[in-house]
Amino acid sequence: MTDATLSYEYGDPHHLGGLVSAASAQGPAPKRIVTAYGFWIFLLSDIVMFSCFFAAYAVLLGQTAGGPSGSQLFNLGNVAAETAFLLLSSFTCGLASIAADTRNGRWYQAGMAATALLGLCFLALEAREFSDLVARGAGPTRSAFLSAFFTLVGCHGLHVSAGILWLLTMMAQVFAKGFRADILRRQLCFALFWHALDIIWVAIFSVVYLVGSGT
Amino acid sequence: MFGKLDWSAIPIDEPIPLFAAAVVLVAILAVLIWAGLRGHYPYLWHEWITSVDHKRIGVMYVLLAMVMLLRGGTDAIMMRAQQAIAFHSQGYLPPEHFNQIFSAHGTIMIFFVGMPFVIGLMNLIVPLQLGVRDVAFPTLNSVGFWLTSTGALLVNISLVIGEFARTGWLAFPPLSELAYSPSVGVDYYAWSLIISGVGTLIAGINLVTTVLKLRTKGMSYLRMPMFCWTTLASNLLIIAAFPILTATLVMLVLDRYLGFHFFTNEAGGNVMMFMNLIWAWGHPEVYILVLPAFGIFSEVVSTFSGKPLFGYRSMVLATMAICIISFMVWLHHFFTMGAGPDVNAIFGIASMIIAVPTGVKIYNWLFTMFGGRIRFATPMMWSIGFMVTFIIGGLTGVLLAVPPADFLLHNSLFLVAHFHNVIIGGVLFGAFAGYTYWFPKAFGFRLHEGLGKAAFWLSFIGFYVTFIPLYAAGMLGMTRRMQHYDVAAWRPWMIAAGIGTVIMSAGIIVQILQLAVSIRRRDALRDATGDPWDGRSLEWATSSPPPVFNFAIMPNVAGNEAYWMMKAVAKQQTLKTRETDYRDIEMPRNSPTGFVCAFFATVMGFALIWHIWWMVIAGFIGAFATFVIFAWRDHDEYVIPAQEVARIDHIHLAERGAAINLAGSPA
Repeated sequence: MTDATLSYEYGDPHHLGGLVSAASAQGPAPKRIVTAYGFWIFLLSDIVMFSCFFAAYAVLLGQTAGGPSGSQLFNLGNVAAETAFLLLSSFTCGLASIAADTRNGRWYQAGMAATALLGLCFLALEAREFSDLVARGAGPTRSAFLSAFFTLVGCHGLHVSAGILWLLTMMAQVFAKGFRADILRRQLCFALFWHALDIIWVAIFSVVYLVGSGT
Repeated sequence: MFGKLDWSAIPIDEPIPLFAAAVVLVAILAVLIWAGLRGHYPYLWHEWITSVDHKRIGVMYVLLAMVMLLRGGTDAIMMRAQQAIAFHSQGYLPPEHFNQIFSAHGTIMIFFVGMPFVIGLMNLIVPLQLGVRDVAFPTLNSVGFWLTSTGALLVNISLVIGEFARTGWLAFPPLSELAYSPSVGVDYYAWSLIISGVGTLIAGINLVTTVLKLRTKGMSYLRMPMFCWTTLASNLLIIAAFPILTATLVMLVLDRYLGFHFFTNEAGGNVMMFMNLIWAWGHPEVYILVLPAFGIFSEVVSTFSGKPLFGYRSMVLATMAICIISFMVWLHHFFTMGAGPDVNAIFGIASMIIAVPTGVKIYNWLFTMFGGRIRFATPMMWSIGFMVTFIIGGLTGVLLAVPPADFLLHNSLFLVAHFHNVIIGGVLFGAFAGYTYWFPKAFGFRLHEGLGKAAFWLSFIGFYVTFIPLYAAGMLGMTRRMQHYDVAAWRPWMIAAGIGTVIMSAGIIVQILQLAVSIRRRDALRDATGDPWDGRSLEWATSSPPPVFNFAIMPNVAGNEAYWMMKAVAKQQTLKTRETDYRDIEMPRNSPTGFVCAFFATVMGFALIWHIWWMVIAGFIGAFATFVIFAWRDHDEYVIPAQEVARIDHIHLAERGAAINLAGSPA
């Protein structure tokens, strides 16, 4: 199935008009739309899961059990650096997507490699922050507040790690098989996933670190 | 090397679980050896285990549900027998075993009977009703099914190796925390639900995408059969609710494994946060189960009344209203938490409001029957039995939604009677209605009608004899989950409930008999037309069982009740398919991904339960490698040539024509 012709048969799927006509009674939607749509729904469910951890953090924010609170622990400079790495990685991921759309293998690999590198930098900073906290006796077992903090931020970190595993697999696939239609669909899903992690990070930055620093 | 696992994990000193496990093991071995001797393994592997056909996967889901129903039902019989005899005595079940049984009963009945039964029926029927060839993600569908089976397997392994949770089916902390439940029971519970929950989420994503993105030409939203609408609503709830369950169980697991403090008594943990989170999943879960059942009843009542569904649009609205309001009532599960009168009042009112769309549905079914030419076939019997039973269960539910009344009835047998009233009367009766209604579609022959009716009456009467006494005992102050008691006034009700269980069990046995008899007489019960009930939606437009591609030519829908309209047109003018209409069909290739993935998930789950860390890592690597290998394959589809499609279709048309001429009536 050549996907460029099929995917835009019903107009641009990212505009409401495109959605309406594809969702109306013209028969099954093309594969690219079905795949991306299903993945969007997965992302929504993932965000529901994150929202539980956010809720737990909000409930347990004040439960420091005599231990350190957010304002004593959080280093906003470190968080700003993490944010910069993650947002930049989203940008390079976007570049890789454009390269994939234009079937440019070299730029695709460069963009994905840069994304992986920035993601690893982010993970390194996060790991340093976590080990630093544990070393200061502010590990997740210290208080309910720290349990919620480590779980929420760690869950995001695990998502980034899984994303990097996926990213490397995508690079290998494109290298071995080229821009096949099914690989391009996977690339689309990967890009959605990576950007969604950014959105969640923005929420973590605001709710966990900014609000948490005020306590 | 093996973490916490050693020989003491095998309960050699407890005869009951050991005997039960031996029976199960012997049964499994007997089936495996029989299949091996008859040379069925290649067939099972190629046609079922690796199948990505939504119909096959649907059938396997239902089969899983039925096997687990026997397990959960056995638990129920044991509990009712215990309470019938444990007056002024210890009965025959020691407390720690009794507690495992009621925990396993609830867990199994909700997660491994109710869920696979409705998901199986949705998988089997929804693509057919939408007039399409498959679900949106066929291979993922298989992964979802096998992960659900992994969960079921882990729960059953706990029978032999270690023990199951003693905490009730929702594992409330602090009881479920390591300090009070140090054994592996809660870990079995948590990991099997996390793994099967991933499977359920996959099924939910798959079915929502299918309904929203894959419909045949002309099948607009308001032309979809009611079952597709309830499928949509139920799966939207899965997507919104199951991540909450996963997150909550992950927090519990972190508390137990790594010493976190989400729900502990110490260090600022908050037990009531668990209640809120688990019921924010738990209440929508009720509707995840019952909405598909509502869809089944809508199809059945309309078909067997010979009328279109009354108030189709109001039914759609009611379904979607339930879908949304179901997220706004969770707190009524713990009015006694002490949230204060204002909060309790809001949730009490919301709980009463959600009864309104349900009432709309009941009236719609009644008006569909009104003036219709009703045929009292078995599916219709289940549906009418449902309406009576569900109204009683609904009314006691509204009673419990009044906070002051709830303070008296909280955790009493009155509550137990109420939710069995809605879940057995709603979900189980619905599942049985769907099973008898769609069985001919799945296998090409009908189930024995007389035995079906006998099973219905036994289950129906048995249900009332079992659960009406529990209402009475609850009013007399008997709380749930009692291993023994000393109040003489409760005794007669417990004995009555025990007798009811015997009658219900007879219903199940008759149903097994019905299946056996129907298989033996399958030639006499053959459905050659593909439309045994004079149906109204597209699943009846194809042969029974349908070919792998469902429809030789994708149907073109011109209005509501697609197949009914086609039949009406066909009576006036013969519809002839032209040879040129047949096209090559691309179908997804079968894949062992789901099975292999579930194998590694089982290894990983078992290793996590017993703290065997190297095995966890091995399982994870295996699962990841499976996905990469799956992603690496070059051919994920095969083509059925147009001539082959035409040949299969001609056989079906000839059979159907002969059957219709034999019956002597125009279709």
